Amino acid sequence: MLKFNYMKVILSSEEIERALSRIAHQIVELNKGTKDLCLIGIQRGGVYLAERIAEKIESFEGVKVPVGALDISLYRDDLSRRKTVPAVRKTDIPFDITDKKIILVDDVLYTGRSIRAALDALMDMGRPGEIQLAVLIDRGHRELPICAQYVGRVVPTSRDETVEVRLSEEEKVVILKSSRAVEQ
Amino acid sequence: MKDLLGIRELKKEAIEDILKTASAFKDVLRRDIKKVPTLRGKTVVNLFFEPSTRTRTSFELAEKRMSMDVLNFSIPASSVVKGESLLDTIKTIESYEIDFMVIRHSSSGVPNLIAAHTKASVINAGDGINEHPTQALLDAFTIMEKKGRIEGLEVAIVGDIMHSRVARSNIYCLTRLGAKIRLIGPPTLIPAEFLSHEQIKVFYRMEEGLKDVDVIMMLRLQLERQGKGFFPTVGEYFKIWGLTKERLGLAKPDAIVMHPGPMNRGIEIASEVADGPQSVILEQVTNGIAIRMAVMYLLSPPQGGKS
Repeated sequence: MLKFNYMKVILSSEEIERALSRIAHQIVELNKGTKDLCLIGIQRGGVYLAERIAEKIESFEGVKVPVGALDISLYRDDLSRRKTVPAVRKTDIPFDITDKKIILVDDVLYTGRSIRAALDALMDMGRPGEIQLAVLIDRGHRELPICAQYVGRVVPTSRDETVEVRLSEEEKVVILKSSRAVEQ
Repeated sequence: MKDLLGIRELKKEAIEDILKTASAFKDVLRRDIKKVPTLRGKTVVNLFFEPSTRTRTSFELAEKRMSMDVLNFSIPASSVVKGESLLDTIKTIESYEIDFMVIRHSSSGVPNLIAAHTKASVINAGDGINEHPTQALLDAFTIMEKKGRIEGLEVAIVGDIMHSRVARSNIYCLTRLGAKIRLIGPPTLIPAEFLSHEQIKVFYRMEEGLKDVDVIMMLRLQLERQGKGFFPTVGEYFKIWGLTKERLGLAKPDAIVMHPGPMNRGIEIASEVADGPQSVILEQVTNGIAIRMAVMYLLSPPQGGKS
């Protein structure tokens, strides 16, 4: 078990709310409306955020943007480096993604490997017209050439810290520092 | 878990984990591209020391859907006929740096023996009259899909229980998941070990056993495994223990009919039942691929990996 010896709140509930509102507006602005737009959240954290962004878009555009959930377990590049395999969650994309403008949504952008896996998974499901990336937190330390168009907050971190997005009960984003290096 | 040798040693949670994982793989099978890169670079050998068409093809398809390299090894082409011992064969195959071995053998316990002598993950694809774990898992998955639950269901397993590894694995699997089992068949073909189990009732006549059941699982009459004298004739067997439309009427109106295949039409099951609206036999075949993908996913990584 990892022991965490401090906790720092980096985004409060109100700040999350404002960040998501801004991202929602930016998405519509950059894409000049909602035509062909759809949101796909990465399991688990991204799915809830995608739904929240869709609600916000609906509130000011009056359009329900389709939302899907994507599980990337089967596309990970670290399966043979792990002791146990990750639980496979539901992939539920109830619409054809071909020629769509997909906004991929995740909670924390870190090494970029999850996004690489998500891109491969999406390519197996169709031929999207365009894929853009929205994240609540960008914590740096990229290992792949991946960057997000929409970012809630850029947070400089060290590799032995853990960023946790807590969306249940009192929602907030916290940084946890472990007493030893966090193995990814 | 390194191997899947039988259901008997699996905990309820492990079974539920496999069933849950399989539903994600079933979604993969519905897509245009029915393949995931999960086990790319891994190699699997299908070692079938006993003839099999559907289990072997189901495993092979599942392996290919997981992006594995697949080697098929069947008796007539192998060194077994030249006198090589089983373990020498395994050691030779292991030198190819194999990650998974799928084994079917006419003797009970062979997969366990092999598993003790190889670093590869071993999956039992049916051993003698012992177990056929992936069949039981796909049956449980099919029941879950159709009935939404397994706990509390009345499941009749009909036929040659004695020589059936499918029945044995299903009994372990379904009792662990909370179903109530009824075994129906000739007294000569019901093993004594199941006569005093609190979740199992034994019936010798279809008319009593099928009453109000939720699931009817027919077994193939395994003529090749039987000696003589278990029942008079095949025709008489159908008359007494065959599943006809009339007998199906004794079960609940929404009961489902299952069969592990290959079917002996007119021996254990009437064609009109096998092809009827309550039959889920072909769905069992589809679900078999998803279950086998899930099992291979959960058994990986075979070497434990780095931390």
